[in-house]
Amino acid sequence: MTPDVSSSIGGEVEAVPAVEVSELRKDFWRRNKDRNRLGRRGRRRVAAIRGVSFSMARGETIAILGQNGSGKSTLVRLLSTLLLHDGGEARIFGHDVFGQPRPVRRMVNRVSVEASFFKKMSAAENLAYAARFYGMTPGATRRAIPEILQRVGFPSERRHEAMENLSRGMQQKVALARALLTSPVLLLLDEPTTGLDPRSKLEVQEFIRDLQGSHDSTILLCTHDLAEAEALADRVGILDRGRLLALEPAEDLKRRYDAETLEQAFFAATGRAFEEEGDEEDDEREVFA
Amino acid sequence: MRAAAHALRHELIGLAGVVERNVYLTRRYIWWDAAWFIWTVANTLTITFIAKGIEASGGIIDVNRATTSLLVGAVIWAYLGVVFEFLTETVAWERWEGTIEYTFMAPLSRAMHLGGSGVFAVLYGLIRAILLFFVVAAFFDLSMPSADFFAALVVLIVASISFFGIGMRMAVLPLISPEKGAQLGYVAQGIMLVCSGVYYPVDVLPGWMQAIATISPATYALDGIRGAILDGEGLGTVWPDVWPLLIIGAICIPLGLWVFHRGEQYAKRHGKLKRSG
Ligand SMILES: Nc1ncnc2c1ncn2[C@@H]1O[C@H](COP(=O)(O)OP(=O)(O)OP(=O)(O)O)[C@@H](O)[C@H]1O
Ligand SMILES: [Mg+2]
Repeated sequence: MTPDVSSSIGGEVEAVPAVEVSELRKDFWRRNKDRNRLGRRGRRRVAAIRGVSFSMARGETIAILGQNGSGKSTLVRLLSTLLLHDGGEARIFGHDVFGQPRPVRRMVNRVSVEASFFKKMSAAENLAYAARFYGMTPGATRRAIPEILQRVGFPSERRHEAMENLSRGMQQKVALARALLTSPVLLLLDEPTTGLDPRSKLEVQEFIRDLQGSHDSTILLCTHDLAEAEALADRVGILDRGRLLALEPAEDLKRRYDAETLEQAFFAATGRAFEEEGDEEDDEREVFA
Repeated sequence: MRAAAHALRHELIGLAGVVERNVYLTRRYIWWDAAWFIWTVANTLTITFIAKGIEASGGIIDVNRATTSLLVGAVIWAYLGVVFEFLTETVAWERWEGTIEYTFMAPLSRAMHLGGSGVFAVLYGLIRAILLFFVVAAFFDLSMPSADFFAALVVLIVASISFFGIGMRMAVLPLISPEKGAQLGYVAQGIMLVCSGVYYPVDVLPGWMQAIATISPATYALDGIRGAILDGEGLGTVWPDVWPLLIIGAICIPLGLWVFHRGEQYAKRHGKLKRSG
């Protein structure tokens, strides 16, 4: 186990991995399809994350690929302290995610597929609200909000419009701004570009690249876009039904599966696992999808 | 020491942020609130007219006093409704919008988060309660020559500490059942008030309800406020109603936080915070 090294002790920080996950497990309860003799439907545990281990160095970007229901969002939620785990361990800059959530929360922020805002409130109001929880005063947000919106490519003069009047792409940019406003050292991006038009997608990707260059942030990106993964990530991982099959540079991944493209590697990885697993989990896959 | 001061400042900024957010939202829905206020006034009138009705059908009754007493009950009912509603909305609304995950992953203690909701709920509830009281009082041209409104306000504010503690327990319900949890808040409000002598003295209740009355903060709130408004009891005289409120409050708040914490753990274990994705 790593000793608890406070992230503020300059020199030692480098020694502590940004993220260290070992044998992490998360189960959910699901109702059975069939009723038992008493006519009640029992519940059974279904694993969403089954023994995932990996680590990330500070400043690194990794991309996690995986089919629908493979557990990407569950992993992100575990790391954001939104879910309690059922086994294993996760540390962020040395802090136990489940045992010491407070310092972890300070360091992490997240963007998810769904932008999630108070629809009647404006972008500026939503951002101010989110930032207060991180201790930012009205004075600080008044300055920071227009700045950050500018950076994510949101027309700053529209910041007083209600969120419900903004397009999805715009909302997603505000979501990015919300995550960045609190200067997280670990950024969890859960399909940030899903559902965006090609131009907005490109803008968001460009912005992520810009972050990698200029900021000291470590990024975990979950995506269905293989090109995006290849272009942005130092290492690419494949999550398949709760198991992390591989996590390595895209080139190595292709070589491992003897594939020319990442797409082929992805199919090879998830397809082969499918045959190996056998029938037991087939009905789960059906529910996942 | 410095670190503690810094942490406290951070917490208070978070608390103020919740108040600020509620101000924004209330501003957006202000006309709906105004319409709802009309409903509250109408509802209160249906109760306060009862005294006149009794007199008209031959009963012998001090109409001015009875109407004022009923009005106090109706105002407390409305006040509690507002406070509980805001508190249950702390979770329910955010869960609906999907922002709950962002709020729950932020480095702010739950006490301050809920505290922000509580502070706003109490302030907003007080404004509405005072407005309601005087609008309806004017309607009946009630005379309250000896009323000590200051003492009444103090009693209501002290009682609000307990109401807040109980409201926290209500607030946790939408975490468990997002669709129906909020409605249980009304159940709690109803049970508490029916046992606390909202429109009648507690003595008329069956014994087991009187037992509930002794531990219900609303009993002391109603008694103290009636004493202050009807009999002009000052702060010194309402003290027998204030100290039980302080004790109940001192128990309710930590208990409320504990229940909420349990609910939050349950939600995090079973993945109840997410709405989609
Ligand atoms: N809150 C929850 N309650 C019950 N089961 C859940 C919950 N969240 C996730 N699951 C289950 O856990 C598994 C993993 O889901 P998760 O959302 O992590 O997948 P994902 O990889 O993000 O999928 P997608 O690509 O569709 O976003 C799925 O089987 C899902 O049904
Ligand atoms: Mg997902």
